[in-house]
Amino acid sequence: MGGPYWGPAPIKVEDITMLKKLSMAAFAVALSATSSLAATEVTWWHAMGGELGKKLEEIAQKFNDSQADYKVVPVYKGSYPETLTAAIAAFRANQQPAIVQVFEVGTGTMMAAKGAVYPVYKLMADEGETFDPKTFLTPVTGYYSDTQGNILSLPFNSSTPIMYYNKDVFKKAGLDPEVAPKTWKEVEEFSKKIVSSGAAKCGFTSAWITWVQTENLSALHDKPFGTLQNGFGGVKSEFTFNGPLQVKHWANLKKWQDEGLFKYGGPVGGDQAATMFYAQECAITMNSSAGRAGVINNAKTFTPGFAPLPYYDDEIKEPKNSIIGGATLWVLNGKDKATYKGVAKFFSYLSKSEVQADWHQFTGYLPITNAAYDLGQKQGYYQKNPGSDIAIKQITRGTPSENSKGVRFGNFTQVRTIVDEEFQALLANKKDAKQALDSAAQRGNALLREFEAANSN
Amino acid sequence: MVENRPFLTFLTHAFLILGFLVVALPVYVAITASTHDISTLMSGPVPLLPGSHFIENYSTILTSASAAHGLPNYSHMALNSLVMALVITAGKIAISILSAFAIVYFRFPFRQLAFWIIFVTLMLPVEVRIMPTYKIVADLGMLNSWAGLTVPLIASATATFLFRQFFMTVPDELLEAARVDGAGPLKFFRDILLPLSRTNIGALCVILFIYGWVQYLWPLLVTTDPGYYTLMMGMKRMVTVQDGVIEWHLVMAGSVLAMLPPILVVVFMQRLFIRGLTETEK
Amino acid sequence: MDTKRTTFNNRLLPYLLLAPQLAITLVFFIWPAAQAVKSSFEREDPFGFSTVFVGFTHYQRLLADPNYLDSLWRTAVFAVSVTVLAMVLGLAFAAAVDRLARSAKFYTTLLVWPYAVAPVVAGVLWWFLFNTSTGLLPYFLERFGIRWDHDLNGTHAMILIIIAAAWKQISYNFLFFLAGLQSVPQSLIEAAAIDGSGPVKRFFTISLPLLSPTTFFLFIINVNYTMFDTFPIVDATTGGGPAQATTTLVYKVYQDGYVGLNLGSSSAQSVLLMLIVMLLTFVQFRFVERRVQY
Repeated sequence: MGGPYWGPAPIKVEDITMLKKLSMAAFAVALSATSSLAATEVTWWHAMGGELGKKLEEIAQKFNDSQADYKVVPVYKGSYPETLTAAIAAFRANQQPAIVQVFEVGTGTMMAAKGAVYPVYKLMADEGETFDPKTFLTPVTGYYSDTQGNILSLPFNSSTPIMYYNKDVFKKAGLDPEVAPKTWKEVEEFSKKIVSSGAAKCGFTSAWITWVQTENLSALHDKPFGTLQNGFGGVKSEFTFNGPLQVKHWANLKKWQDEGLFKYGGPVGGDQAATMFYAQECAITMNSSAGRAGVINNAKTFTPGFAPLPYYDDEIKEPKNSIIGGATLWVLNGKDKATYKGVAKFFSYLSKSEVQADWHQFTGYLPITNAAYDLGQKQGYYQKNPGSDIAIKQITRGTPSENSKGVRFGNFTQVRTIVDEEFQALLANKKDAKQALDSAAQRGNALLREFEAANSN
Repeated sequence: MVENRPFLTFLTHAFLILGFLVVALPVYVAITASTHDISTLMSGPVPLLPGSHFIENYSTILTSASAAHGLPNYSHMALNSLVMALVITAGKIAISILSAFAIVYFRFPFRQLAFWIIFVTLMLPVEVRIMPTYKIVADLGMLNSWAGLTVPLIASATATFLFRQFFMTVPDELLEAARVDGAGPLKFFRDILLPLSRTNIGALCVILFIYGWVQYLWPLLVTTDPGYYTLMMGMKRMVTVQDGVIEWHLVMAGSVLAMLPPILVVVFMQRLFIRGLTETEK
Repeated sequence: MDTKRTTFNNRLLPYLLLAPQLAITLVFFIWPAAQAVKSSFEREDPFGFSTVFVGFTHYQRLLADPNYLDSLWRTAVFAVSVTVLAMVLGLAFAAAVDRLARSAKFYTTLLVWPYAVAPVVAGVLWWFLFNTSTGLLPYFLERFGIRWDHDLNGTHAMILIIIAAAWKQISYNFLFFLAGLQSVPQSLIEAAAIDGSGPVKRFFTISLPLLSPTTFFLFIINVNYTMFDTFPIVDATTGGGPAQATTTLVYKVYQDGYVGLNLGSSSAQSVLLMLIVMLLTFVQFRFVERRVQY
């Protein structure tokens, strides 16, 4: 305990006890501590708790062990929004980490902050590390590049939402456990059977109403979320997610909630969704592909199934690709040359296909590079773990359109909060779907104008 | 008691016991929850009777649980909480008693102004000045340090007022006698005021210890080095889980342990606690 | 403001004695507050690269924003509810304990400890108890036909934070009321008893009126507590939701400033909050000074 890479701590109780108990071991620790003193420290703030956090620390440790010049020090800073705001506050105070993990909705904020960010493509070029955007999966690079196609931040943990279902409950309800609902119509039918047969209390739930049931819904059906290519075209964009498709879907969710088919999992990430799914209260949930490790760990009493997100077949015949979530690693300005050298080395290490494939297979995040995906195929990983490639297939299917490339808006953390609030107002009978989405778009636009003003001073 | 009404007395007891049960309910549930495994907690309402996982859960929280959340060892966080609480307590008492001494026993220009500056701290809770305060602490290079964690919280108008009020009740004859004996202000302070203030200091210690122990927002902001994390931050971290299930059994075990020290202080130093509470806030 | 009749005459010493307290106050209180006032008139990007003076824009927007006004109203509802609940219960417990001479200390012990529970822990405890899928209380409420859902139902969410916040404050009020009751002259009570008024009547005609200064004092303290010290409770339970139903003024400052990085608006809210605290403190202090005099 105490981890070898937490950096200097004010009180190391565990060290003291260790010294007392095993002087030999302590001697060895002391030796390794002296050798790492010479290494340049690279601080990395991240938002990966639990199992993911452990894996992340393991990766950093392996990098540290692989060479002697640099020491990457990962620090868990809480949730994604907490990590982002902490990094910004620290930047203002000139106490920023070298690397910070920022979730996709923070991308707009980070891209606008030109003076704060050391673009990754530039860093890699400056430090003479090979860095070819073409080696990355197209939807990943598409999301994180600027208008000239330069990658500004290193994709690290990208995910996309998929559907999880409970095969045992399906069986109990008289459904074929190997056939997941493909369309929303089927989700409705299946849910009705599940609820009326008493196999489970609710048909389906969903994490991330904003990301899954609004942003990805729009992308899947090739409908715009905002103007100017969903905000990729600049800070003057406006939200248009209050279109007929989104209104129809929200109205359906409300109807299904009233009929007891759908249960709300809570705002933001929707903590309750996972809980209800694990407790076999809801037969289906929709969540990040990165939830896969958690599902497998927690679904002890039932067999989980994996499937692509459903769509409306009367709206689109061939659904588009789903869009990216998760986070990338941004490099912040204001550090010395040696630190950046270390960052570049570390990023090269992270992009290695073995490292990528290991991270992807352990967590359920997408493989970032084509090579990592190929490696997984060669290893036979996807045959051995059916369903583990659903996310990749879903995100790479068809040709991405302007509407399915992703979304990029400023102040987007708060916009998501607003969308959550309006969805809650809908479910609480305060507004109908049209009113809720109109109001979300209108309030969101006010934030976009605020962002535009603050970033064009 | 003025008259004997057995039935009313019975009702009074019944009311108080019922009241206690209601007040204790969340803590009781936390204790029972901390003795079950997670699947029991996930599969329906918390059982009202304790389960069989007491030793397992508590040893997990004390050993390996926090590492899974990127936190330092539980005992490490507990020690940090303790150090923070003690430093804040000692610091607040020290600077407050000195300020009160200055304000009561000296006449000097800007005395009134000094009093008002101290008074103003009451009006500026940390929540409303969070960003600029953070900036200043950072500019002073006090992030991730004991100084940053404690010094900004040490100013105390209430403790100063308490001492001021108490000094006002100290008979003037004592001062006059001391002056006749040729005692200077510092000697008077050390030999007379300080011993007289013992009870007040004790009472303040209890209150301020609790104040320091329960700090949450401030440590959350100024520490990025897990080596400085306190228990309160640790508990909040453990309920912030992405794409997973909150380990309620461990969270509850951790919460029960984190509640214990200040509760014990209150229960065992009840007299000082009550005195501290009712005196400071007047 | 008084000093002693006789004082020491040192010139430098009082300043030295005051220095630590004043230094900390100036550096960590006054200066940041001044900064907040300054940035409430500015628009700034999150990273602090550019700053533009915008006058009263943030204030105008806030006061025209229905969400802000709602949050103001909700904070008032929250503060008054917590205050009333915590004070009524505190008074009831105090009156009961005051009746019992022998077991008073025992019951006091049973009732004072919640004060020592950290707000964030209190929040976590109540959140667990009210958790919609695993909590105990929703399970019982369902038997009474109430579907508890604080994730969607704003009223439920508000009730949740009111209970959690009041729970922590009961012991505080209890102690003050008990102290107040114990200082009611025994002779008054006995006289009334001889006149034939029962314990309940005596409580309402004698004790309660005599407690009015304590009551007023506690009211101010409780409102102050609910407005500012309940941040961790909101943060650990509802996170301000659903649909801002539990976003108090302080929580909004944090949300807009620290999470949303809208520094200008957040600072303007801070300044408005400072004005509110000043008002409360002023009322409280006027009262305290008066109380000290008799």
